[in-house]
Amino acid sequence: MSGATDHTGIQPGEVTAFLTDSTLCIGCKACEVACKEWNDISADGYDYTGWSYDNTGVLGHSTWRHVKFVEGQITPGVGGNSAQQLSWEFSSDVCKHCEVAGCLEACPTGSLVRTEFGGIYLQPDICNGCAYCVISCPFGVVQKNEDDGRAFKCTFCTDRQKEGLMPACAKACPTESIKFGRVEELRADAELRLATLKARGMSDARIYDPTDTSVKGIHSLFIIRGEPETYNLPPKPEVPTIYLKEGWTSAAVEAVAMVGAVVASFLFWGRKG
Amino acid sequence: MRDVDQNSQRPDFRERRLDEIRRRASAIGTVSEPGIRPAGSPFPKASPQTGYYQQPLLKEPQWTSLVPLYFFVGGASGCLGVIGSLADLLGADHELARRARHMATAGSAVSSVLLIADLGRPSRFLNMLRVFKPQSAMSVGSWVLSGFGASAAASTLADMLDTQRDGSKVSTFLRAVGRTGCTVLGMPFHNYTGVLIGASVVPAWNNRIRSLPREFGMSGLQSAVGLLELTGETEGNALNAIGLVAAAFETWEGLALLRTEDRELAPTKQGTTGALIHAAGILSGPVPMAFRIASLFTRKRQRRLRQAAAISGIVGSLCLRYGWVGAGKVSARNWKIPLGISERGPVRSSSESSTDAELT
Repeated sequence: MSGATDHTGIQPGEVTAFLTDSTLCIGCKACEVACKEWNDISADGYDYTGWSYDNTGVLGHSTWRHVKFVEGQITPGVGGNSAQQLSWEFSSDVCKHCEVAGCLEACPTGSLVRTEFGGIYLQPDICNGCAYCVISCPFGVVQKNEDDGRAFKCTFCTDRQKEGLMPACAKACPTESIKFGRVEELRADAELRLATLKARGMSDARIYDPTDTSVKGIHSLFIIRGEPETYNLPPKPEVPTIYLKEGWTSAAVEAVAMVGAVVASFLFWGRKG
Repeated sequence: MRDVDQNSQRPDFRERRLDEIRRRASAIGTVSEPGIRPAGSPFPKASPQTGYYQQPLLKEPQWTSLVPLYFFVGGASGCLGVIGSLADLLGADHELARRARHMATAGSAVSSVLLIADLGRPSRFLNMLRVFKPQSAMSVGSWVLSGFGASAAASTLADMLDTQRDGSKVSTFLRAVGRTGCTVLGMPFHNYTGVLIGASVVPAWNNRIRSLPREFGMSGLQSAVGLLELTGETEGNALNAIGLVAAAFETWEGLALLRTEDRELAPTKQGTTGALIHAAGILSGPVPMAFRIASLFTRKRQRRLRQAAAISGIVGSLCLRYGWVGAGKVSARNWKIPLGISERGPVRSSSESSTDAELT
């Protein structure tokens, strides 16, 4: 484990990633606190969801890390759980920093950019709050802050990465459930970890990284147990730009029909009397 | 609790209930039946069938009520620009064409105001014009709106110059630029909003990516005709013919939507948004069509009938925009569709209210 102020050794131009391992997460929410503190994000109030110890609820404009609390079924023997206790799964959710990112494609101001570390960064001094990214994210991550007027999301601690520091959440994580590093190394780490877990009998463990959809993979890899739906991770996330061709084709055909209707009508009935 | 009557509040009732629980616990070692259900129970779970506690994955569209109004004004303006540029080239109705051009100019100005007012940071509107991204319908739309607005303004300026001195070089140039710009850019401007919302992750919109641009476009054409008729253009048959085409098309699209039973489209069929979209289908489809056909057979009531068709079409177009934008908000709250969870999965029990009643 690296020391507190050690340089990550990652240079601009290298693609970085998170590997968030739910089998190591203890649900302490240190990542949420660290994220809020480092990035100076406003508090969300003391609201209780009422359905679990997860009182954060969802990712949003003021929540860039969100620890999910999944109360599993009582399954004796799996993962060393007692036969009487239900199993707890914790998974710290975050912006996926997609390989092909819906928000980035949609942004009309160029506020959203891909950084030198391959993450997606929203430049708050450019954003004008059109909120189109909000409905273009297949993971429901970006949100407009109605009080401020701009959209916000995880910055991947680009400011820290530039200084050779790991993101605040990864640094604060006490169990290395949130790992930070080069994407190709973490992909390999994830495979190794999965093999270890399977060897221990955790047959439902899996890696969440939708490389086979139009998102083409994510820079926030997850190790989860069971189906991704349980964690509100879409099994088939799609970038909405893939529908543009259909939409514009239809629009073009209709536009020609519209002009045709106008031209024909005025040709035949345009002259008064 | 809703159904708790006076009787159950009395101390002896509560004591009896405690005794009953004690008896049951000592007899079988557990109290399995629900005693008192907390409000909102049974609580949702996290599972492959119920998602993450039935929490919506997607974020709701955060547009204000100005945006559907912008869709309406923009849709009409685009078509007014096309009519204003082509009507006097093809026919001899210069008065109608001039009116259409001026309305298109006003409409594009109003559109800009509505769009800017909806931004979280209106003073940063110009940031939309610091990049052009063909992959973003919002970016394309901003540029199209700007270009269309400038073209419409050029046409209007040419008209104003002509009232001073007929056929000056400047006004001829402005007219040519305005006419070309309004026709070329009016085409995407009147229906791009359908692409804008269709190419999003919102299930109801996404499901209709093909038909939304058509529907929005024809709705815009119908409102353009209606606005011209309401300002007095009820003489010639050209506008009536265009209105008929648009109304017939909207009827067809409305029927197509009714026939589609995809679950993504539930918000377009149920609730307030469903009612709006149904109203839109009727008001911009069969109703104006009937009025317009009837107007062909009577000379005396022609004006009234066409005005009725115009009002119906305009109200229908407004219902269509507000209905669809509202349906998107409802649709984004659906937690099942983005996770690919079928409707038949176990959901919150429908016997919730009956267990409340059992208590009393």
